[in-house]
Amino acid sequence: MDEKNTKKMLSAAKKRWKDTTLQQTLTKNSERIKSFHNLSNKEITTLYTPDDIHKDDYLANQNFPGQFPFLRGIHPNLYRGRLWTMRQFAGFGSAEETNQRYKYLLDHGETGLSVAFDYPTLYGYDTDHPCARGEFGKCGVAVSSLKDMEILFSGIPVDTITTSMTINGPAAIIWAMYIANAEKQHISKKINGGTIQNDILKEYIAQKSYIFPPEPSMRLIVDTFEYGFKEIPRWNTISISGYHIREAGSTAIQELAFTLADGLEYVKAATARGLDIDAFAPRLSFFFNAHNDLFEEIAKYRAARRIWAQELKKMGAKKDRSLLMRFHTQTAGCSLSAQQPEINIVRVTIQALAAVLGGTQSLHTNSMDEALALPSEKAVRIALRTQQIIAEESGVTYTVDPLGGSYYVEWLTDMMEEETYRYFDRIERLGGVIPAIEKGFFQREIAESAYRYQKEIDNHERIIVGVNDYQLDETIGIPILKMDEKGEERQINRLKKLRKNRDNQKVRERLDQLRKAAEKDHNLMPFILACVKEYATLGETCQVLRDVFGEYQELAIY
Amino acid sequence: MGKIRVLVAKPGLDGHDRGAKIVARALRDAGMEVIYSGLHQTADQIITTAIQEDVHVIGLSLLSGAHMTLFVDVATLAKKHDLQNVLIIGGGIIPEDDIPALKKAGISAVFGPGTPVEKIVEYIETYVKR
Repeated sequence: MDEKNTKKMLSAAKKRWKDTTLQQTLTKNSERIKSFHNLSNKEITTLYTPDDIHKDDYLANQNFPGQFPFLRGIHPNLYRGRLWTMRQFAGFGSAEETNQRYKYLLDHGETGLSVAFDYPTLYGYDTDHPCARGEFGKCGVAVSSLKDMEILFSGIPVDTITTSMTINGPAAIIWAMYIANAEKQHISKKINGGTIQNDILKEYIAQKSYIFPPEPSMRLIVDTFEYGFKEIPRWNTISISGYHIREAGSTAIQELAFTLADGLEYVKAATARGLDIDAFAPRLSFFFNAHNDLFEEIAKYRAARRIWAQELKKMGAKKDRSLLMRFHTQTAGCSLSAQQPEINIVRVTIQALAAVLGGTQSLHTNSMDEALALPSEKAVRIALRTQQIIAEESGVTYTVDPLGGSYYVEWLTDMMEEETYRYFDRIERLGGVIPAIEKGFFQREIAESAYRYQKEIDNHERIIVGVNDYQLDETIGIPILKMDEKGEERQINRLKKLRKNRDNQKVRERLDQLRKAAEKDHNLMPFILACVKEYATLGETCQVLRDVFGEYQELAIY
Repeated sequence: MGKIRVLVAKPGLDGHDRGAKIVARALRDAGMEVIYSGLHQTADQIITTAIQEDVHVIGLSLLSGAHMTLFVDVATLAKKHDLQNVLIIGGGIIPEDDIPALKKAGISAVFGPGTPVEKIVEYIETYVKR
């Protein structure tokens, strides 16, 4: 009997099962709720069976890990060879304080660094700029010059550890500071790789720390691609991010679709410049969220790998390495409750498990106190321990893609892929990603989903433990991180001293050369590097680019 | 009596606008007239808009941790402009320990994560001065 007939017979048998066995149960007792919808608002049925899976040609659609279309993983033996990188996003106050936190995390078994910058840094302002008022060190560490970067990484071996930096608008400048610091330590070409987020499209869409308009921003990004594969080939010059899209309120499907659409936009921009796709594509990396719906999240990562491989192949990539979607995952900050904060440890465990079962390359686990403030030392240690328990004790690392072949997960994977292509079509009809941003398409889609989710919670259609059910009337008794009150003053004094003691003649020359290069179409990385090496500050360097490129203003819609 | 007029504003550099947008929409759905400032507003800009739009309520949203400076800036400037009748409320990631000082500065109420939006609607309807 051929496969088609087997499927037909199965469908018929399933219908009989539904009408008899299942129906008997439902007649006796109705289900807890009228219908079950996952976080993407897709209805989930009682049972999934082989006939639900449409992409069922194993070798063509799933295949083995390490082989196209990489659904089951990018490495043939995944965590049996090497565990994911445990990389906690951290940064607060001054470079000194954050440097201490990094050492603390490394001492406790963290295997990669991830830098959180404060808001002024994210917007390319120095700590003493008027717009920086009140923001110093609040959401991350302040880095206003190479001097701060040197302190941030003092005593940290950048030749053996990889560093990820969440920086977008001024990514090229901050990256230049990291490179310059490594050069001063005489290890430039041996930097053990790392990542700059450098994903401006999702800034316009969701995270909103943009500086320049889309066109010059895309140019800067392609500059970093080109500089990267020529000069620092192990560096990921972008981390195409769905995380913030999800945090802003999107569904998992929207996160998947919008992130991949952004990714393809960067590929188009770089190939339009004439760069060889097989030169830069291997250095494109991704960053996803891990929310509470375990299976939906796992399916999301699997679908992402397959879609990316298929699309890159269509765009002309020849090397396998160009087709691999390597990604970092962070558990969902927006899922944490301020109420009963300790129970966040449980949420984070489920989310982290989803990331690992989905084959992530690196992982950040949130701390239980993050709906209240930046994490305390103890909270961040427990978050790291959560990863270590999954890695060392749970056994989920023994085999690759353990949920592959689960009828439910395969159905979810196929369905999310189909929905993603539907979004690709809609974006295409709007003229592409940037026109869609300018029309507010993504922003509206996300706001809709966020509002629907909030309504579901307010109407008790979705239960969040400790928030709209199982509440406790207690004062929150966990310690909040306190920052060094002298940090800001110390930082401002350092800046003043720096501006006085450096070779200001040279700084002016370098900034002027950068301006001229920006007005033409030179790759700006060498010029930026020359500025920061002379201790031109972040604000000064960024201001040159602001003058040439202008600033982006968003459409305020809700 | 006409509709309650609310300015939902995002002071400072913080880009987290999910909460502000949800609140703006919920207040509109509750029958209020809502003006959303958009991102990156200075205290000056917020107060100027509040005066121009003749609002009864200013709702500030901040998740960056800069509330002790930026919320207080807005409240102080409101006093300077004799806006005693404008109700100022805030929301975001705000540790409980900071709330007494914010109230003292003139922020009438602070709504943290997990607040049902109807609670904010009720609060405004109860305490709005007009």
